[in-house]
Amino acid sequence: MGLDIRLPIGGLFTIIGILLVGYGLMADKAIYQKSLGINVNLWWGLVMLAFGLIMIAFGQRADRRLKR
Amino acid sequence: MNLTSIDWAIMFVYFVFVLGIGFVLKRKVKTSTDFFLAGRAIPAWVCGLAFISANLGAQEVIGMAASGAKYGIATSHFYWVGAIPAMVFVGIFMMPFYYGSRARSVPEYLRLRFDEKTRGLNAISFAVMTVFSSGISMYAMARLIQILHILDVPFRRMNIPQQWIFHFSIGFSALIVLGYILFGGLTSAIYNEVLQFFLIVAGFLPLVWLGLRNVGGWHGLVEKLPSSYSHSWVGMGSPQTNPLGVEWFGLVMGLGFVLSFGYWCTDFLVVQRAMAADSMSAARRTPLIAAIPKMLFPFLVILPGLIAVGLSTDLVSTPSTSTTVSGTASSQHKAYGKGLIPAKIDEATGQPLLDANGKAVLDYDLAIPNMLLHYFPTGILGLGLTALLASFMSGMAGNVTAFNTVWTYDIYQSYIRPKASDEHYLWMGRVATVFGIALSIIAAYAATRFNNIMDMLQLVFAFVNAPLFATFLLGMFWKRATGHGAFVGLISGTTAAAVHHGLTLPAGAAPGIKGAWLGHILHAYPSEMAQNFWTAIWAWTTCFLVTILVSLLTRARDEKELVGLVYSMTERPNEEHLPWYKRPAALGVAVIVLTLMLNLIFW
Repeated sequence: MGLDIRLPIGGLFTIIGILLVGYGLMADKAIYQKSLGINVNLWWGLVMLAFGLIMIAFGQRADRRLKR
Repeated sequence: MNLTSIDWAIMFVYFVFVLGIGFVLKRKVKTSTDFFLAGRAIPAWVCGLAFISANLGAQEVIGMAASGAKYGIATSHFYWVGAIPAMVFVGIFMMPFYYGSRARSVPEYLRLRFDEKTRGLNAISFAVMTVFSSGISMYAMARLIQILHILDVPFRRMNIPQQWIFHFSIGFSALIVLGYILFGGLTSAIYNEVLQFFLIVAGFLPLVWLGLRNVGGWHGLVEKLPSSYSHSWVGMGSPQTNPLGVEWFGLVMGLGFVLSFGYWCTDFLVVQRAMAADSMSAARRTPLIAAIPKMLFPFLVILPGLIAVGLSTDLVSTPSTSTTVSGTASSQHKAYGKGLIPAKIDEATGQPLLDANGKAVLDYDLAIPNMLLHYFPTGILGLGLTALLASFMSGMAGNVTAFNTVWTYDIYQSYIRPKASDEHYLWMGRVATVFGIALSIIAAYAATRFNNIMDMLQLVFAFVNAPLFATFLLGMFWKRATGHGAFVGLISGTTAAAVHHGLTLPAGAAPGIKGAWLGHILHAYPSEMAQNFWTAIWAWTTCFLVTILVSLLTRARDEKELVGLVYSMTERPNEEHLPWYKRPAALGVAVIVLTLMLNLIFW
């Protein structure tokens, strides 16, 4: 197929994850009054980052197997 | 609404990826098969996710949350009675003929099985429908961007008049969709649909989680809502005792059988995703794989609607309320709303719209947007909005890819220019993408001017679609069905739908677009939904009977020509070499059992 779909998905989630985690660490905590006092940016950013990295790992493994 | 640079950054990254995918895939598109059928080389799970994603346009996301807010968990019937059984059926029983006949589109299957006129009827009505659906999607997105004031601040800063937001939204979404389809064709559309699937989950899961936490979990939510909201089947015995206003028979036959099977089994928009699969067994697994996330989607899209209604006023009046949208946002109108759902505001007077009983008419479509604004701080709000935009765009792209295929193969190649080179058809596909989108833009603007015309068109589409499944069912499972039978059956089914609609009226509606336009009311239905379901039942039954009758009166086709097109003339696909979890039948049974369990849990 040329491009394993897991690579762009992984890439997008990793980048958004990093953005959210970074923002979650830096931003004023007052904004989390909305989200019941939970720093959703940080936590959900971490989840997305983990998911993104797993997708990239799977995508690359499939790619390597294809080349062999 | 106040978006900060982090929200814009997330949206920007998404658009870069969307166009990037199209650009990378451009090198792969060499033949028309690559462009229209993704080279028939997509693995099953990717097709499966694209299969539900193509249907998961924003109307679906926003509409399901709206019905959740309006009717409660009974909305899940659209999934657990409607979509899932139909998806299992198309995967196990119908895909062997779609994929096995090597038809390149659903109308083309009709030509192989029946004749040219049946295909022509289906192809032309389908092409018109897709263009309008994509236009309506575009219009809805531009409206939402306006209502949520997403672009107000940047436009003010750049000194561009606010009226331009609408034009900009339409133009921008058209360009993005055009860009990635033009480059990568169906593969690009499918990849982006899968991307959008994950984005929707990523954007809505934290929303549901926060909402549930806020109302005290599922039990807390149930306590806050009227008891009918937490049951899907209790009270379905009579239309008077449930919020949908439909009795169980109308629901199961009308929604579960006729409408859902008609959509999931015959609509090329979704079937095209399965036709792109890399093998017969992958094509058959596509809808079955799709069914698994689909059955869980009510928790993602219906639940936010329930939470939005369930949030009692004291929970709503946390400091964040000022950010949600309530029509013109004046606080004295809040009292008319319910939870996070605002009342509709009459644009002429600025007052809340009241119905005949003096109760405010609620704007349920704002359930999802208001939930996002209520719970999400900047940052993740960007993610939620991106998910929403993504679903609008893939709704559009799905229609455009279906349109360019049907146009090129079933209309252009058949009636305008047969026997051209493959390169020519590939070129035509790209041209069709451009004018398909141009027509959608026109449709989107038509929707702003002539609201009634849009309602009327959707009504006509409903009439055209209702009988379709009878034609396919007889075509695939009764070898005696003939082309004349199918054609006359379809026309009479559509006519029956129109006549039934013209002679009945839902309670409380005035004659006109809602029914009874033939000037006579034979029957009054307790709700619009009941009327829709029964219109479909009448259309289906008429088409079914007329097709049989006319087929018996006309000459049967030679059986040899029907190999691969009709059940009794086709070898069963061999699945013995596959492990059990890859066998369509086993998957289908598993899906049905799980769906039954969900029905029982939320009885």
